[in-house]
Amino acid sequence: MSQQNQPLIEPIVAANPVTLHVLGICSALAVTTSMSTALVMSAALIFVLTFSNAIISLIRHHIPKSIRLIVQITIIASLVIVVDQILQAYLFDMSKRLSVFVGLIVTNCIVLGRAEAFAMKNKPGSSLLDGIGNGLGYAWILLLIGGVRELFSAGTLMGFSILPLLEDGGWFTPLQVMALPPSAFFLLAMLVWAVRSLRPEQQENVSTIENEEGAP
Amino acid sequence: MSELLLRAIFSENLALAYFLGMCTFLAVSRNFETALGLGLAVIAVETITVPINNLLFTWVLADGALAWTGLEDVDLSFLTLIASIGVIAATVQILEMVLDRFFPALYRALGIFLPLITVNCAILGASLFMVERHYDFSESVVYGFGSGLGWALAIWALAALRERVDESLVPKGLRGLGLAFILTGLMSMGFAIFSDLQIG
Amino acid sequence: MNNFNPLKFWHSFLAMPNANPVKTIGVAFLVALVCSFMVSFTAVTLKPLQDANRLGESVASLTDMLDVLGVGIPEPRLVELSSGAYAKRDPGTQVELLPDQDLAGLGKIETVSTVYELSEGGRIKLVILPVRGAGYKSTLKGYLALKEDLNTIAALTFHQQDETPGMGARIMEKPWQALWAGKQAADENGVIRIEVVKGASEGVHEVDGISGATRTGSGVGDLVQFWLGPQGYGPYLARLKAEGVR
Repeated sequence: MSQQNQPLIEPIVAANPVTLHVLGICSALAVTTSMSTALVMSAALIFVLTFSNAIISLIRHHIPKSIRLIVQITIIASLVIVVDQILQAYLFDMSKRLSVFVGLIVTNCIVLGRAEAFAMKNKPGSSLLDGIGNGLGYAWILLLIGGVRELFSAGTLMGFSILPLLEDGGWFTPLQVMALPPSAFFLLAMLVWAVRSLRPEQQENVSTIENEEGAP
Repeated sequence: MSELLLRAIFSENLALAYFLGMCTFLAVSRNFETALGLGLAVIAVETITVPINNLLFTWVLADGALAWTGLEDVDLSFLTLIASIGVIAATVQILEMVLDRFFPALYRALGIFLPLITVNCAILGASLFMVERHYDFSESVVYGFGSGLGWALAIWALAALRERVDESLVPKGLRGLGLAFILTGLMSMGFAIFSDLQIG
Repeated sequence: MNNFNPLKFWHSFLAMPNANPVKTIGVAFLVALVCSFMVSFTAVTLKPLQDANRLGESVASLTDMLDVLGVGIPEPRLVELSSGAYAKRDPGTQVELLPDQDLAGLGKIETVSTVYELSEGGRIKLVILPVRGAGYKSTLKGYLALKEDLNTIAALTFHQQDETPGMGARIMEKPWQALWAGKQAADENGVIRIEVVKGASEGVHEVDGISGATRTGSGVGDLVQFWLGPQGYGPYLARLKAEGVR
């Protein structure tokens, strides 16, 4: 049981794609100005990641090595377009706020990384779980950062007022800096620090850093 | 034009304001020399692909763009994403071959970074922003070059900083990635200061 | 004779080694075919919904404005911008703007535009003009409503922008938009004076800017000036004023 669910559970904390492998943060930070954009972005990524992993794993024995990357990118890009079109049709406001970042899931290193590292070598079932697991690992970080930024920059969570604002008769003065890009970097640094303090085995040893080849 | 250039380099820096190309940004900034090569490769590819994608969008993909072939009601804009990726992948391949054939020295310096660039969100992002903001051809040349240069400046600065900082004593959990994020955040604040810069 | 079996052919295709060029081309072709079907199918089936959304967003912003002003349903009219006369149909053509005319940073502008008029007993009570222009980093789109003197601003709303969240994007907020109500567009001599100023505003031609968003603010001021000016609805407004009671 635990063996079978490993691809699902492991990426959530122990092998988290964002904090450990430094994958997929390109898009992760830009959409975290509010919790609702983070939520929709996560859902879109989980959808693409799950299906691309499953489809690629399904046809993995028939993908010629020479056109491997282009086949993977084509499948991923098609899934992303489908998601983008659905968002534009049913969640129009949201798709405008996410702007180009839904499209950028194509080059999200998590999707291509998992396709290459997991789906090409494993059965469709566990690839599917691996997709969901990595997606969830990405989602909780996005939601956490999005939540903190929205709470302190606007006093709300998912649009509901939590901290009453000064201008509405409350006591809370919004922190403008939380709406700006640098805050996302600082929050992510804190998060990485926290995760790595709890799990010392993820800490980087400075002397080996120089030789280590980075993520794709 | 000069305003667009400055904006693309500083206040709308792809890496520091839009978080694009972060995976490569953090992975390759451990060493200044590699960062230098990657930065140059990004400038080259951005300057080429953004204008090509602009032409492709204006004459083929946009709503009504195919009017010159007689197909006036065709809207292929949903293909923008896949077409941009195609152009980028093809450009990178061709650039690789051209460099290998005519400039072997440059190819040895940049060659290994070119494949990395195909999956770099900064490149695709610049093309998508170009479409979203309706830049014309000359603007897209400026924007392509400026955004590439901005990204390169950011990675050069971060790489130089990290080479120093890696030697200092910081809490264990912050080493490497955590510290890189903090440095990037500080740089992002610095670049944002230029947002009210005006020329003329 | 005819012993071609599709199923058998399929199996022998799958059994080919991956390095075989026929298989490589075949797989590439099949992947492309399936993907293009998937993409085209979603794009085509969802297009009507997406178009409705795009239309709906400006309509929603218009009805919001009417609710705030507490007025009835206005009548849409087509107006030829250069002459200010009503037009029968919209030819969908555009004209280039010279750099010194192009205060709103548009480049090109349509020849015929839709305005909304609200009349009572033959007199115009309110006109609503669609306006747009360059902000700090995106195009701002909105509606400007003028009272019956065609000079006092009744309301200004925006329904499309991509400015910096928490700064320039605050032009979408109701309290800021409310600052525009009651301001005068032109002075006694008919010169359009309305602008967005840094810090506190003085008089009826100035509106407070948003702190940290000087460029967005001046973009808004410029676009209002542009659309009330000779390249925008100037001729149309002048004609209405000249005609007086209708």
